Amino acid sequence: MIEKGTWVKIEKVLLKPEERTAKIPPETKKVPYVIHVCGFLKEKANIGDEATIISKVGREHTGKLIESEPSFKHNFGDFVQELVDIGCEVRKELEQLNE
Amino acid sequence: MDKSYNAVMGRKNEIMKKALGIDYTKYKITDIAFDYEMMMDDVGYSIKEIFDIQSSSKVGNTPLYFLPNITKLVRKYAPKGKGAKIYLKDEAANASGSFKARRASLSIYEAKKRGYKGVIASTSGNYGAAVASQAAMRGLKCIIVQEVFDSRFVGQPEIIEKARACEALGAEVIMSSVGPELFYSFLSALEDTGYFNASLYTPFSIAGIETLGWEVMHQIRAIEGRDPDYIMITHAGGGNLTGTARGVLKYKMENKPLNYTEFVGCSVDLSGLHMASDIDFNKKSFTTGHTGFGIPFAEWPDRADTPRNAARSLRYMDRYLTVTQGEVFYATELLAASEGIERGPAGNTSLAGAINLAMTLDQDAIIVVQETEYTGAGKHPQAQLSFARQNGIEILRGHPEKSINGKNIVLPYNIGDFQYKEQDLAKLKISYLENLISNYPNIKLQDEDIEFLSNDLNEDPKWIRDNLFSILSKKGK
Repeated sequence: MIEKGTWVKIEKVLLKPEERTAKIPPETKKVPYVIHVCGFLKEKANIGDEATIISKVGREHTGKLIESEPSFKHNFGDFVQELVDIGCEVRKELEQLNE
Repeated sequence: MDKSYNAVMGRKNEIMKKALGIDYTKYKITDIAFDYEMMMDDVGYSIKEIFDIQSSSKVGNTPLYFLPNITKLVRKYAPKGKGAKIYLKDEAANASGSFKARRASLSIYEAKKRGYKGVIASTSGNYGAAVASQAAMRGLKCIIVQEVFDSRFVGQPEIIEKARACEALGAEVIMSSVGPELFYSFLSALEDTGYFNASLYTPFSIAGIETLGWEVMHQIRAIEGRDPDYIMITHAGGGNLTGTARGVLKYKMENKPLNYTEFVGCSVDLSGLHMASDIDFNKKSFTTGHTGFGIPFAEWPDRADTPRNAARSLRYMDRYLTVTQGEVFYATELLAASEGIERGPAGNTSLAGAINLAMTLDQDAIIVVQETEYTGAGKHPQAQLSFARQNGIEILRGHPEKSINGKNIVLPYNIGDFQYKEQDLAKLKISYLENLISNYPNIKLQDEDIEFLSNDLNEDPKWIRDNLFSILSKKGK
């Protein structure tokens, strides 16, 4: 059970595939139009329940509770040899030009 | 109230009117023509006043740097006697880390003055963070509507970072899956809250960028004693080019022009990738500054989320170049390795174009690259290239002409490999006229329309008449 007031993320299907605009490619048309919003849980609930949140600006959104205490986990990615190589090549070129 | 898609879209005009506080009918001349300059004048602030508003909100007065090492490298690869000097305007120094702070500053100031309790913007770019940042400092509530993930709930690192920044700055972020229905979410939020529509395309947004052009002129004259020959402007929705050019022209009007300055738009070439495709969404490494916005918005500016778009790039654009994703990543690494400044990749689009253009110009020519953006987790070549690799995109070294969007990213061996593509502006202008005819199939064009089109496309009335005639003849009208 996730306690009231916890920072959570909900998911809401705004448009089912059949409700989507016609002007989109077929691969987009066959999936629903979905939103995620984060906020403070209004009443205690379990993951997967229908739950209401209060967003940072005080608005209420109701949807499926999908995550408790969500955070952003993006980073600087995995090692990319090509970037290291470019950096070394550029520095070498400049050294030669400055000789 | 009926909040279904069709119902909300059907109330678009009334929602917009309330959320902008601008009565666009005032500027209407005919169904096609409107008084663009009157609309811009109604912003009601002089450049001096805009500078004051921006300096009170941590925006503007960013440094202009000469790039000696990149200029040196350009001269190594350029034909003898060629290799223009390259300057860089470090817009990452603005409050939210990009030039978008200029666009947001005036809108949010105005929203506050008009008594709105909050602001809403729909954006896939740095603009979200800019609006959230300005709203935070002026005590307004902020909602950002942003396309973030595909149907697997995967988003590329740059866009995740943009969502994070908005949230960190206090916004409610509506993160959506792929699709143009983003506009529906946006309208619906405007209707529910009564907040101000801090669109990228209002006159306030464009007037806010004019200071950038003005600053470039002021700074370059202080260093070089003359005007830049070229200003390279990353081009997407058209606001950056329109606002910068207007600022430059205002400066020249007030201080007498010293020499001609060309406005060169530059976008990342993403041709072949569909912007509304759930599959293509994560096959692109750039979420803004690309041809997926640059071309459609130039060809038909009024596709924007305002009744009339204040960003009208073809009024000012002298040339339009496209560069590859690989060239922009190379330029980003080059900037860090040679000039000692790490900046975000998307903002370096125009730098990649400038490096290449500089090789074709005499050594006394001056190019100003007019923006940079902040870098960090997600907004970084390593994050983006490794994400691309995980999504089946091949990363290789080679000549940019080997690039195939959605299949590979080709990092050049050196800047001698850079090869921008010159886009045919006349073709873009003709597409604009074709869009006009499709949008108004039964229109009888009046003299006012021709005059408007002549200004909007920066072509003489005869060119407009001849091309309209040829389009209509092809359609058998």
